[in-house]
Amino acid sequence: MIEHQSLFLALAVTLFFIGAAGAVVRRNAIIVFMCIEIMLGGVNLAFLTFTRTTQNLDGAFMVMCIMAVAAVEAAVGLAIFFLLYRKTGSIDLEKFNLLKW
Amino acid sequence: MSPEFILPAVNFQCILPQILLSLTALLVLLVDVFGLVKKANALALITLAGVVFATLTLFSGTGLQETAFSGMILVDGFSFFLNLTICLILILTILVSMNYQQFFPGINSGEYYSLLIFAAVGMSFMAAAGNLILLFVALELMSVSIYVLVGFHKDNLRSIEAALKYFLMGAFATSFLLLGFAFLYGATGTMDLLTMTEFIRSNPEVLSSGLFLSGVLLTLTGLGFKISMVPFHMWTPDVYEGAPTVITGFMATGVKAAAFAALVRIFMVPLGSLPIDWSMLLWVAAVLTMTVGNIIALVQDSIKRMLAYSGIAHAGYLLIGVVAGGELAQAGILYYLLVYAFMNIGAFGVLALLGKKETEYNTLQEFSGLGLKYPVLGLAMAVFMFSLAGIPPTGGFMGKLYIFSAAIKSGYVWLVVLGALNSVISIYYYLRVIVVMYFQESGAEDVAFPAPSPAITLGLGLAAAGIMILGVFPSYFWVLAQNSVFVPM
Repeated sequence: MIEHQSLFLALAVTLFFIGAAGAVVRRNAIIVFMCIEIMLGGVNLAFLTFTRTTQNLDGAFMVMCIMAVAAVEAAVGLAIFFLLYRKTGSIDLEKFNLLKW
Repeated sequence: MSPEFILPAVNFQCILPQILLSLTALLVLLVDVFGLVKKANALALITLAGVVFATLTLFSGTGLQETAFSGMILVDGFSFFLNLTICLILILTILVSMNYQQFFPGINSGEYYSLLIFAAVGMSFMAAAGNLILLFVALELMSVSIYVLVGFHKDNLRSIEAALKYFLMGAFATSFLLLGFAFLYGATGTMDLLTMTEFIRSNPEVLSSGLFLSGVLLTLTGLGFKISMVPFHMWTPDVYEGAPTVITGFMATGVKAAAFAALVRIFMVPLGSLPIDWSMLLWVAAVLTMTVGNIIALVQDSIKRMLAYSGIAHAGYLLIGVVAGGELAQAGILYYLLVYAFMNIGAFGVLALLGKKETEYNTLQEFSGLGLKYPVLGLAMAVFMFSLAGIPPTGGFMGKLYIFSAAIKSGYVWLVVLGALNSVISIYYYLRVIVVMYFQESGAEDVAFPAPSPAITLGLGLAAAGIMILGVFPSYFWVLAQNSVFVPM
């Protein structure tokens, strides 16, 4: 059974780092945000794996919370992107340099 | 084995202040939507009344030491002290906002005040969290509210850009924090901090497992972002500069207080027995944070940006306390967070005093000559700057003294030497503000005049008085802080 656990963990960590790499490399705000969602997907998988190994439901409950919070973040994030798009006509992260990064 | 139905122990008394704060936030929102009040300051006054009432109910819980909601909430001195700090931060921010809304009528709205309160509710739950699940939800409640508040100047591109940066980098950092929590959960089998402490105590071998250590590192990354620890500080100056000035003061103090609470709850207690090389990691982070913050602050032209870098440096001083460990250092951190709330909101409050319609003034030149023209304002700013620099007899000095002496007791002499050197460097840029205010002719013609109102007079007076009291008569609050340290039951 241990092999299965590490298989799932490996998948979770891979997803996480695919997301992280995408968030660093991509320049479109929405795609960056989607990459962050992939990272959260990896985290959720890790929590569920540990829920099975530790035999308590804390992790499964955490996954619910993470999904709810991700929805909230999406709502706020899209509002910010929308405001920015209306102001400048673009959501390309490279173009925003009024403040030095 | 038939499952037994057990009535959950619900103890609303324990979260009464947070309930009252949330109700106030909803009330303000409704009052604004239905247009029930017409006077300009009415919303702020309603908010203030609610927050003051919630602060008073906080005192009904003094001296309690218990857990509620099956271990989710820890009601102890630690959460009491931090809730007090957070409520003070909220009150001062509301007072300062009442003046700021003269220049930016947009912030005089129900959303603004209710978001402010919701952010504070998140902070106070972070301070009281006994479980990583609640810690995460509270952290997000705080962060999401603040993402919106940072972008509150909807017509100012800088403000929106700051919100975008804070949002993307905040969400990115939060996922690291979550992966860290997942690993800690996998290694110890629990999310409950007290159970985790217990588990580590009885199975010390877990401390050297790879899963556990990567969990610790990732959690540190996530929280380090929130306290703007170097190397995760890149967002701080940009966001602090772009955000509305009053919000900058609020997030610099409130977010720091809440994130340090989480850091103490997770790192100083369950992980207190980490092998020594891990505290070396924090040692390096503390030194880097102080030094980078102070060195870059030296060359800033905008006072707002300078204060942002000084905020990074102060996170470094607080990290010294985390490195030192032990109850004395915890009390020092609590004391410093309280002082920092007064002095930082005070300094940003003075910045928020200057303005014209929809414009902020916060470069050094715009402050030239103000000290002589407006002696009281100059005096207040001088008190805040002296305190930030850590010059006696202000509260900032006592806070540093407590943290540094705790670190010396734990044997980190070099860390304290570097911290003291950094304080000396910081004196230069804090005093420069005072020098410009008093000894330079006011150059610019169209400089904005401060437009004080009773609210900001009260706010700045409160902040300056707080600093002097904490500096001259520290014993009451120091004893309170010492009785408020977090020791697992």
